[in-house]
Amino acid sequence: MTATAVDRRPSGPPEFVRLMQAEWTKLRSVRSTMWSLLLLVVLTIGFTVLITALIVSQWSKSDVTEQQRILTDPVGEILSAGFQLSQLTICVLGVLVMAGEYSTGMIRSSLLAVPKRTPMLWAKSVVFAAVVFVVTEVTAFVAFFLGAATLHSKVQVSLGDPGVARAVIGAGLYMALLGLFALAVGGIVRHTAGAIAGIIGFVLVLSPLAQLLPGSLGKHVYAYLPTQAGHLVAQSHRASGDLLTPWQGFGVFCLWVAAALALAAYLLKRRDA
Amino acid sequence: MIEVRNLTKHYGPTRAVDDLSFSVQPGKVTGFLGPNGAGKSTTMRLILNLDRPDAGTATIDGRRYEELTEPLRTVGALLEAKAVHAGRSAYNHLLVLAQTQGLPRSRVDEMIELIGLGPVAKKRAGGFSLGMGQRLGIAAALLGDPEVLILDEPVNGLDPEGIHWIRNLMKSLAAEGRTVFVSSHLMNEMAVTADHLIVIGRGHLIADCPTAEFIGRSSHKTVRVDGPDRPRLQQLITAAGGHVTVGNDGALTVVGLAAPPIGELAAREGVVLHELTPQLASLEEAFIELTHDSVEYGAQHDVRPAAAVT
Repeated sequence: MTATAVDRRPSGPPEFVRLMQAEWTKLRSVRSTMWSLLLLVVLTIGFTVLITALIVSQWSKSDVTEQQRILTDPVGEILSAGFQLSQLTICVLGVLVMAGEYSTGMIRSSLLAVPKRTPMLWAKSVVFAAVVFVVTEVTAFVAFFLGAATLHSKVQVSLGDPGVARAVIGAGLYMALLGLFALAVGGIVRHTAGAIAGIIGFVLVLSPLAQLLPGSLGKHVYAYLPTQAGHLVAQSHRASGDLLTPWQGFGVFCLWVAAALALAAYLLKRRDA
Repeated sequence: MIEVRNLTKHYGPTRAVDDLSFSVQPGKVTGFLGPNGAGKSTTMRLILNLDRPDAGTATIDGRRYEELTEPLRTVGALLEAKAVHAGRSAYNHLLVLAQTQGLPRSRVDEMIELIGLGPVAKKRAGGFSLGMGQRLGIAAALLGDPEVLILDEPVNGLDPEGIHWIRNLMKSLAAEGRTVFVSSHLMNEMAVTADHLIVIGRGHLIADCPTAEFIGRSSHKTVRVDGPDRPRLQQLITAAGGHVTVGNDGALTVVGLAAPPIGELAAREGVVLHELTPQLASLEEAFIELTHDSVEYGAQHDVRPAAAVT
């Protein structure tokens, strides 16, 4: 009846590898992945070229402190020019990857296949972070070289300068972590629209607002917020007011992501699907 | 074999499943029957570990669903609600599931062939009709060639040809010795498909018996009697202990006396009979009668307490 009988022996690669294969198939077989990543590349490269070109054309009109800032950390300027806006595509995609399972009902199929539940979340996290890292890292290098070439007449920066290579690699690491953070939020909130609104509100609205908190409290809260701490790794030099070193900031962001994923895993295990 | 022991599940104050126990045997189609809201889907979701029970256990061949390795090779399930990403093709949906279980791609092709979705296998599942979606769900259930099948309302949205197909499929799967557990709120559908019935209402077990016994046990068997001298017939049958009601067409409907004694009685008394027909209650009637007191969203105005089921 069901054609040939299926081989019942345990076969093929170990379970976690198979789960990663399945998550890779999930990721590549929906259009939102391709569109989000394409938008990311276009926005990053586009804004890098646009903003660095504006810096060059406005150089003589800009004041000394701004010139000084750019001269101190040109790679940071280049990378934030591109990724400032395009990081939102990763927020959206991260949410879709997890909350999309709930909004479409796919989660029921997924959990029937993986009833222990959390291995599915880990496999999804590893595959998604890897994809985001590869795509954003390549984009970061392209953006850096284009931006550096555009700035060349005013500011010279090369990969060999102190902290520059780390900053460019850090941009990909930051984006991969941001993607995981969004994925975890998607798993916690389970509603696509709510989770996207939540994470974008957090990154764009709430984080900057923390700066307005009075005194050193505000300064500390702001410094330890996930994206503020996290993006330090994508700068070559510490600004005078920074409380954390690049890798400390990255570590703080890692802790945020770990906490969010742990909460997502706990809720995945506990809640009715 | 599926074993459910003292399963209980609340949603807020609502008891969806209340201390439910039964087992589902291999080699036959077991129908899981109940009015809408009786707790059928919840019970299935509890068996499949999608919902967590508040109390009790559900096991498949002695193990909880969560403990199964490569679960789709043991249990195939079709759930009532859609369980497919609308943006993914049927082929890729099955491929994802196959990869989690270590099944080869060739198995996906076989399933696409089996359910007849070949021409649309690479199209987005979101554009599928209800019937095509149902076929895809069945393909997912059969993917791992499982010993146990749990199907929630599988004929929903299928056309007559599709219904015929799924009936035969369930019967042949059971004939191969598999456990087939299928829910429905359509009693007549179960009458032609199921060998055994588990009937629930408001989360309680109402009946657990062979389909034929269910119909026989729960219905009044009536006999339709007619002849030229109806008053005389009525008088004789009543005197012999039968209860007679007169139908719209004047013929008599007898409860409490079977057809053979009525025929013998008429012959002894020399009364002419034009009709003597034993009437079996349909499964639908038997079901309505049995679950009468446990219909959650019934049309009756006098809502009775839930405990009135025996």
